Amino acid sequence: MSETTKKYSETLVDITLNDKKISAPEGSTILDACKQADIDTPTLCWAENLTPVNVCRVCVVEVEGSRALVPSCSRPIEDGMVISTNSERVNTSRRMVLELLASSVEMDRADNEILKWMDHYGSNPGRMGNSSEIKTSKQPVKIQDDLYVRDYERCILCYKCVEACGDDAQHTFAIATAGRGFEAHISTEFDVELPDSACVYCGNCIGVCPTGALVFKTEHDMREDDSWDPDNQKVTETICGFCGVGCNLELHTQDEKIVKVTSPSDHSVTEGHLCIKGRFGWQHAHPKN
Amino acid sequence: MPDIKFGTSLPTDSEKKAVDEAIESYGPVTLEITERLVYAGHKRTQERRHLLLPALHALQNTSGWISPGGLDYVCRVLEVPPAEAYSVATFYHLFASQPPNGNQILHVCDDIACSLKGAEGLIDDLKKEGYETKPSPCLGQCERGPAVFIQQIASHDSVAVDTDLKKINKSLNGTSENDSIKLPQAGSDHLRLLARVGIIDPNSLDDYKSHGGYKALTKALEMEANQIIEEVSKSGLRGRGGAAFPTGVKWKAVADEKGKTHHLVCNADESEPGTFKDRVLMENDPFALIESMTIAGIAIGAEKGWFYVRGEYPVAKQRLSEAIGKARKFGLLGDDILGSGKKFEIEIRSGAGAYICGEETALFNSIEGFRGEPRNKPPFPTTNGLFNEPTVVNNVETLANIPRIILDGGEAFASEGTDQSSGTRLFCLSGRVALPGLYEFEFGATLGEILDAAGGFSGPGNLKTVLLGGAAGSFVTPESIDLPLTFEDTRDAGVSLGSGVIMAFSDADELTKTVLRIAEFFRDESCGQCVPCRVGTVRQEELLIRIADKNSVETDISLFDDLAAVMSDASICGLGHTAASAVRSALNLGLLETQK
Repeated sequence: MSETTKKYSETLVDITLNDKKISAPEGSTILDACKQADIDTPTLCWAENLTPVNVCRVCVVEVEGSRALVPSCSRPIEDGMVISTNSERVNTSRRMVLELLASSVEMDRADNEILKWMDHYGSNPGRMGNSSEIKTSKQPVKIQDDLYVRDYERCILCYKCVEACGDDAQHTFAIATAGRGFEAHISTEFDVELPDSACVYCGNCIGVCPTGALVFKTEHDMREDDSWDPDNQKVTETICGFCGVGCNLELHTQDEKIVKVTSPSDHSVTEGHLCIKGRFGWQHAHPKN
Repeated sequence: MPDIKFGTSLPTDSEKKAVDEAIESYGPVTLEITERLVYAGHKRTQERRHLLLPALHALQNTSGWISPGGLDYVCRVLEVPPAEAYSVATFYHLFASQPPNGNQILHVCDDIACSLKGAEGLIDDLKKEGYETKPSPCLGQCERGPAVFIQQIASHDSVAVDTDLKKINKSLNGTSENDSIKLPQAGSDHLRLLARVGIIDPNSLDDYKSHGGYKALTKALEMEANQIIEEVSKSGLRGRGGAAFPTGVKWKAVADEKGKTHHLVCNADESEPGTFKDRVLMENDPFALIESMTIAGIAIGAEKGWFYVRGEYPVAKQRLSEAIGKARKFGLLGDDILGSGKKFEIEIRSGAGAYICGEETALFNSIEGFRGEPRNKPPFPTTNGLFNEPTVVNNVETLANIPRIILDGGEAFASEGTDQSSGTRLFCLSGRVALPGLYEFEFGATLGEILDAAGGFSGPGNLKTVLLGGAAGSFVTPESIDLPLTFEDTRDAGVSLGSGVIMAFSDADELTKTVLRIAEFFRDESCGQCVPCRVGTVRQEELLIRIADKNSVETDISLFDDLAAVMSDASICGLGHTAASAVRSALNLGLLETQK
């Protein structure tokens, strides 16, 4: 069940969060409780419209009685739980997760939130070694069609795209994690090109990617010629007119041109996900010259 | 099912036949529906997904690789999306994604024990001869290395031990393989788990019965399930796979989950470097494990037992499979065990080259036909295990203790060993000892006593260090010879008994190489799911190479501390939690500098 449709119990559970006693609904996660208590928590693989996979480990917290740290995004609270979100162990692990990632993948197009957290925890990926001497995810960009660009040297393997392509949204199953260990990567079967795969070009993988590994071709091209300028982009909300469902669209425009399309992840119909028509069916608005 | 888009490649006739056979001939444990609720948020119902791993084995064996046509056929038959089947196939080292060059692939163990026996030279020799070779992590043949796992195409896999180029040439020409059992204590009265090893014919049910076999099952069938569990609890038996969890507690937890299907899994994915105890038991006393599992199944209310054997143990798989067939034939398995009306069946599942699948939740995913990625705990297997149902997972050696607990009673079992470590324990001795092999001691024996039993240190130079507990354990110095190898004493000393590994090294050995091989092992075997382990194990290895090259630098040590902290604190499973353990002990003991 995705977060937006999650129903919370009316029963309250008492927990201690950073030395403060609070009550939160039974069935909520530690992350939910942190939000309720206004405690900011870094997340990478968690999204409100996806099932938690707890793989990035940046949201870990210390729970009394538990030897290892606990992922707050997926762990339900229990009565009497004593949780600390800012102990030295927590801070070290959060900093290290960000350092490890940033030492192996390009983070410069990651969401601002992520860059903020790197700064907050003082992460210094450079100390892992010179990027020419250590293993990284460096690889060529994949451009196989006019809609998507897949730039996997920015991929942090958060599994969000796999989930959105799979049973959290699209049920297409065009991509999955292949390989193992550091060589694990998102792939179609036998790495066939996207147009030959099961991909239906809904773009929901792009919608959930937090690091700019998956982007609209428009965005990629504009970034390449240095014209991508989020500060001068306008977001216009509208309703998709292609069918009767009525999905909310957010048209991102720059210089009077649509550059990408999203849908709010808290929207009751889309939960942030769209189909190819809503996501890409705007190109007629800009006739090719 | 969603609409699945399949590919256009076609299977060969032999691939089609092999896959059909692998799926159709599937044993009596057949699930109507496999429902997946926990892992990674996937929620789906797929009837035959759990046959994916056997189908991939069939493809690999037939064609020597997972071909696009073969995989597509598997996907159509099992209704699995091709991208997912590919993602599962590429998870395992024994499934090749490129066509083979010859008729077999030689997986040559170059792990820490076989390396002391000249594994690298063997790899060079085999390559020069034109064989397709791949360096392999520990093959579980440490007492008789160097070892080679011979993965055949369209024929049975085999293992060559104590081997060299000549012997490999011979064995590939059809000469039978070396079946040596290295059991220096053979014949001794104090052997319990090993009493029948090397004495009976492993293929003979009569032989097993005439050496005390199946008496425990007969007795257990007259007991109530809760009485059996009570005896196991009283025995104080604790898990022998490494975690030392009380077996009775686990059994009771599953037995108490009323109204649900229960499973019993025997974890025989023995892959911890230096460990070979379970292999010796499975190869030489297979009926004992079948009897033990049957008793366990009856006790916890499971009618389905799964024997998950690592892919590199072809002899164990074959002997277990024959033994299961015989037990079934004589009413010792099936719908009416010995006329008691009780049901129990066992199905063997084979791993395919992934250390991580020994982690219990990764093992579940592997059986279910998903990538062997561990699940976050809680929920624990006792409530949400295999197919999301209550499951007991026990190590081979743990289960092997059950018949004696039933026959002699829990209290008698508990009277042996120490208060907190009851019974006996198997120890895998390898490396620089005079008589490498499998040993059994009552708990309480010290490291020195065990080394002495193995003829003491043997080799060039002097005893420098002993690796206790495997790659996930730690190095200790000869000063630890008075340490009793019990759960409590090793814990108090800050080391781990792990899977019973005792590997001795000399000051003439290249220990830097040994430590780097351990780091390489974790890098190779990390599943890649969580960041701390996926990237941390790579950075740990790079860091050790830097330290070994330049001697230790202070910033490197503080980086190591941070890497160890994030791996042990924030990883999902035990692999990440222990990936820095042996390395840290090596750094503390200065083993990396010994060659400088």
